[in-house]
Amino acid sequence: MSSVAYAGRSLELSLGESVLDGLLRSGIPVAHACKAGSCGSCMLRAVGGCVPPRAQVGLKDSWKAQGYFLSCVCVPEADMEVSEAGADTRVTARIMAVDHLSHDVLRVRLQPERNFDYRAGQYLTLIRDTGLARSYSIASLPHESELELHVRLIPGGRMSTWLCEPASVGAQVQLQGPTGECFYVPDREDQPLLLAGTGTGLAPLWGIIQDALRRNHRGPIHLFHGALRMEGLYLREALRALAARYANFTYTAAVLEGTEEPGIFIAPIDAVIASSHPKLNGWRGFICGDPTLVRSLKRKLFLAGIAMGDIYSDAFLPSA
Amino acid sequence: MHIMSSETTPLFEQLGGQAAVEAAVDNFYRKVLVDERVAHFFDDVDMERQRGKQKAFLTMAFGGPHNYTGKDMRTGHARLVAMGLNDSHFDAIVELLGATLKDMGVADNLIGQVAAIAESTRADVLGR
Repeated sequence: MSSVAYAGRSLELSLGESVLDGLLRSGIPVAHACKAGSCGSCMLRAVGGCVPPRAQVGLKDSWKAQGYFLSCVCVPEADMEVSEAGADTRVTARIMAVDHLSHDVLRVRLQPERNFDYRAGQYLTLIRDTGLARSYSIASLPHESELELHVRLIPGGRMSTWLCEPASVGAQVQLQGPTGECFYVPDREDQPLLLAGTGTGLAPLWGIIQDALRRNHRGPIHLFHGALRMEGLYLREALRALAARYANFTYTAAVLEGTEEPGIFIAPIDAVIASSHPKLNGWRGFICGDPTLVRSLKRKLFLAGIAMGDIYSDAFLPSA
Repeated sequence: MHIMSSETTPLFEQLGGQAAVEAAVDNFYRKVLVDERVAHFFDDVDMERQRGKQKAFLTMAFGGPHNYTGKDMRTGHARLVAMGLNDSHFDAIVELLGATLKDMGVADNLIGQVAAIAESTRADVLGR
């Protein structure tokens, strides 16, 4: 068992306990969200002792070198002394606007105080002054001055409920990140792209599509967006306008309940893809949204012929 | 200078080395996922991680560099043995491995050598 020193206090970790769990158990507030080593919100800095390699997977080399680590997946083998991550790992931003894209999807626009570098399709973690942290995909493009997030309103969801309140506009938040490997890489411009997502899985796909089009991707770009009902198909008009403007972009929507309309199927999205694209050899795939869908579609796209290295995905883990 | 004859060229190089592994892995994995004899063993796995394991397995079966020990084979498959993994499943995997190589146009005698290396792991994989 090892001990952790933090802000003049020392605590003993139980066997197999992470640094984050130990600190929280001792009543020390540390921002955290995914607890799976992906969102980055629980990042701390080691000032003494050894950081297990597992706790630095995915971090920038410059951060690793400075001792930053993800406390939720850090189970130290020896004593450690840790401190807060410090201001240089987070960017302060102001919430500029919040509006409804559909009955249960909010568009949140943020103005970062300094440069926030990201690739369209990556995600960030939004941290409130209370320490509450949630990860959201970025729907905007890096050249835009404001960041755009699509936030699903979850009944009882602490972050989305707060964002709905008028007082959230103008509030300051911290941004951690960006994170994620689900973005467009501008090589093989003639390769056909298939993008599929449900719900706010559209947010990163919306960014990726615009990024690919701006970079003059020449191959076909086919988006499949799925929702439970018609009202969940947000950005429908904008996507139709994009399809009218770019000959190589196609938008197909699918809902589970409702009446059929041109371009909208009443069927599960994976069934729609399987019937329109049974063979996908040579394609590149992007899948975002519900974890069960991401998992099953990944397998189906792979079996349909997409090379594993050409499948990019981002499963949204729900969190109230 | 040592000049190797075709008889002494290592199997791994005759097959095309790491590039051959890379060319084979997706095809092999697809065959495994759709083969109803063995597909159920792969239902709950992380696909990227599984692909990594298949690459390591193919590298070994192709006679390439590897760090597999009999103990790894045993512990790695213990959960599957508990699920009922037996000789018939092992045979199916060796068959799919052969079919993958056949698709790539590999000669029968080389396929036989790959099958023989795979065969050498049978007792450890099946926990005997």
